[in-house]
Amino acid sequence: MNLVQTAIDAINLGAIYALAALGVGLIFSVMNLINFAHGELITAAAFTVYALDGQPVGIRLGAAVVAAVCLALVMERVAFRPLRKANPATLLVTSFAVSYLVQHLVVLIFGARPIGVSLLPELSESAALGELRLPLLEIATIAVTLALLAAMTFFFRRRPLGIQMRAAAEDFTMARLVGIKANRVIAAAFAMSGILAAVLAFYQVAQSGTISYRMGVDLVLVAFVSAVVGGMGSLTGAALGGMLVGMTSVALQTFLPPTWRPYRDAFLFGLFIAFLIGRPQGLVFRKAHRVRI
Amino acid sequence: MRGLKGDFATPAILAMVLGVAALAASFAAPAMQRVVTEALIYVVIVVGLYSFSGNSGVMSFGHVSFMMVAAYISALLTMPPLKKHALLALPLALERFHLPTVPAGLIASAAAALIALVIGWPVMRLRGVVPSMATFALLIITHVVAQNWKGVTGGRQALVGLPLDTTIWTALICALAAVGIAAWYQQTRRGALLRCTREDEVAAESIGIHIARERMVALAISAFISGMGGVLFAHFLGTLNPNTFYLDTTFLTLAMLVVGGARSLSGAVLGVLIIQAISETFRSLEDGVTVWGIDFTARAGMQEVALALIMLIILVFRPDGLFGGSEIGTVLGNFLRRRSPRPKSTPSS
Repeated sequence: MNLVQTAIDAINLGAIYALAALGVGLIFSVMNLINFAHGELITAAAFTVYALDGQPVGIRLGAAVVAAVCLALVMERVAFRPLRKANPATLLVTSFAVSYLVQHLVVLIFGARPIGVSLLPELSESAALGELRLPLLEIATIAVTLALLAAMTFFFRRRPLGIQMRAAAEDFTMARLVGIKANRVIAAAFAMSGILAAVLAFYQVAQSGTISYRMGVDLVLVAFVSAVVGGMGSLTGAALGGMLVGMTSVALQTFLPPTWRPYRDAFLFGLFIAFLIGRPQGLVFRKAHRVRI
Repeated sequence: MRGLKGDFATPAILAMVLGVAALAASFAAPAMQRVVTEALIYVVIVVGLYSFSGNSGVMSFGHVSFMMVAAYISALLTMPPLKKHALLALPLALERFHLPTVPAGLIASAAAALIALVIGWPVMRLRGVVPSMATFALLIITHVVAQNWKGVTGGRQALVGLPLDTTIWTALICALAAVGIAAWYQQTRRGALLRCTREDEVAAESIGIHIARERMVALAISAFISGMGGVLFAHFLGTLNPNTFYLDTTFLTLAMLVVGGARSLSGAVLGVLIIQAISETFRSLEDGVTVWGIDFTARAGMQEVALALIMLIILVFRPDGLFGGSEIGTVLGNFLRRRSPRPKSTPSS
C-alpha cells in the first residue's frame, strides 16, 4: 500500500505548492512583479502563530491571516507602488530587498535559531482505514486547499472585484481605460496573496512543527518554479504548475536511487531548466501575454 | 551611450580610486587592510556581474554559482595533498595534483566561463524574466550539489587549509583587471549590440542582432571575472563551505550593483565601495554602542536591516541607482567642458 501513501504525499505536496504558486502568480498577473517577498508573508503568519502561543486556536489563526494581509498591503504601498512603472528586473530586485529586510527584522525580534511551535497536535495522528493509514494532517491540507480553490474560483467568476482582477490580468492598460481602479485591484491581489500565505504558514507549522526566519525562502523558490511552469500570468496554470512540481518532487524522492536522493532538489530545478527550454511559455499560455511587435 | 566609445577616462578614474584606496589601506592597521581587501574582491565580483546584467538588462541570480565553482576548483588544485587525503575522497591523480595559486585561479575562472557557456547556450535564448528564473535555478542546483557531493566538496563541512594568497595587492591587481576587461568589453561592437538588446529586445532582433549569442558572450566574460572573485574570496578566507556562496552573497552583490546603478561600470564599482563602507560602519557599531537603551551588540541582523533599507530607499527614489547609468568619465568630461572657456574639438552630442 506504499503506492497509495506516496500518492497522498504527492497530492499533499502538490496542494501546498499550488497555493504558493497561486500567491506568486496572482501578483504577477496584475503587476508583472515576481514577488520574492511572498515567502516572508508566510514567515510573518507563522511567527504570529508562535507569538500568540497559549491563545485559542481560532485567535491564533485569525491574527496570522490579519498579519500576513497587513504586511502584504504595506509592502505594496511602500515598496512596489512607487515602482509600478519600473521594468520587471528592478521590481524583482526590489522584492528581493523587501524579503531580505523582513527576514532580518524577524532575526532582530525573534533571533536566527529555528523555533519549535505546536499547532493542532491532534491532527498529527493517522486514521486507520483497513490496512491503510491515512495521515489526518495531509488529508486536512488537501481538503482545505480544495475548499480554498473552490472559493477562489467562485470569487474570480462571480464577484465584481474578482472579474475586475481577471480583466486586469488580461490587459492592465485596457482594464484601466474601462474604469477599473488600478490601486484597488492590485491591493486586492496583495491581500489575497496574504491570505494564501497565511494558510501555507498553517500547513508548514502543523506539518514541520518548526519555524525560522528562512522558512519562506524555500517555498517561494518552488512557487516561482511552479508559476513559471504553469505559465506566468495564468492562475489556473499556477495551480496546475504547483501540482505538477509537487508531484514531481515526491516522485523523485520515491523513485531516485538512495544515493542520489540528497540531490533531489538539484534534479527538480534541473528539470525546471529543461522544461523552460522546451516550453518557455508554460503549460497554460494566454495569447494576451504574447510579446507584441 | 554617447561618450562611451573611446571612454578611457572612466576606467582610468576608477583604477585611480581603487589604487589610492589600496595604497592608503596598506599603511593602515591590519583590520582596515582586510576591509579594503574584501572591498576589492567585491569589486571583482560585482564588475563581473555588471558585465552581464548591466549590459544585457537580465538580472542574474546565478553569478554566485560561478564564484562557487571557481572557488572549489581552485581549492582542489591548491590544497596540500595530505589535507585533501584527510578531508575528501578524490581520484588519486587529482589528489596528488598540485598547482601554485595563480595558474590554479586562472584555470578555475576559465572553468566558470566554460560552465557559463554550457548553461547559457540553452538559457540565453529565453526572453523576459524567464532567464533570471533559470539563473536562480542554477544557484540552487550548485548549492545542493556542493552540500551533498562529500567526496569532492567536503559536503556541509568546511574545506580548510587553502593557501592564504589573497593580499591587498593581488586583490587590487584583479580588481584593476576586472575593471579593464569590463571597460574594454562595453566599448567593443559586441558590447554595444548587447546594450541594444537591453533597451528593446524586439527592436534589436529586428535589426539583425543575435540576442542569444551576444548574451552568451557577455555571460562567459562575466562568469570568468566573477569566478576570479570567487577564487580571491576562497584564498582570502582560507576556508570554504557551501553557505559561503548562497543567498546572502547573492543579495549583497545585487545590492552593490543596484545601489550604484546597474547600468554603468562606475555605478557598479562605486556601489561596492558605498555598501562596504556602510556594512563596515555597522560592524564597528557592534562593539557596543547604546542608543536609547537599545544595545546594538545583542542585536544580530541590524546590519542586514540597514542594508536592505538603504537599498529599498535608493530603488524607490532612484530606480537607476545613484549614478543613474552615467559613467564617471562622461560626467566629469561634460563638467570640465562646461567650465573651460575653449570647447574641445570632440563633438559633444
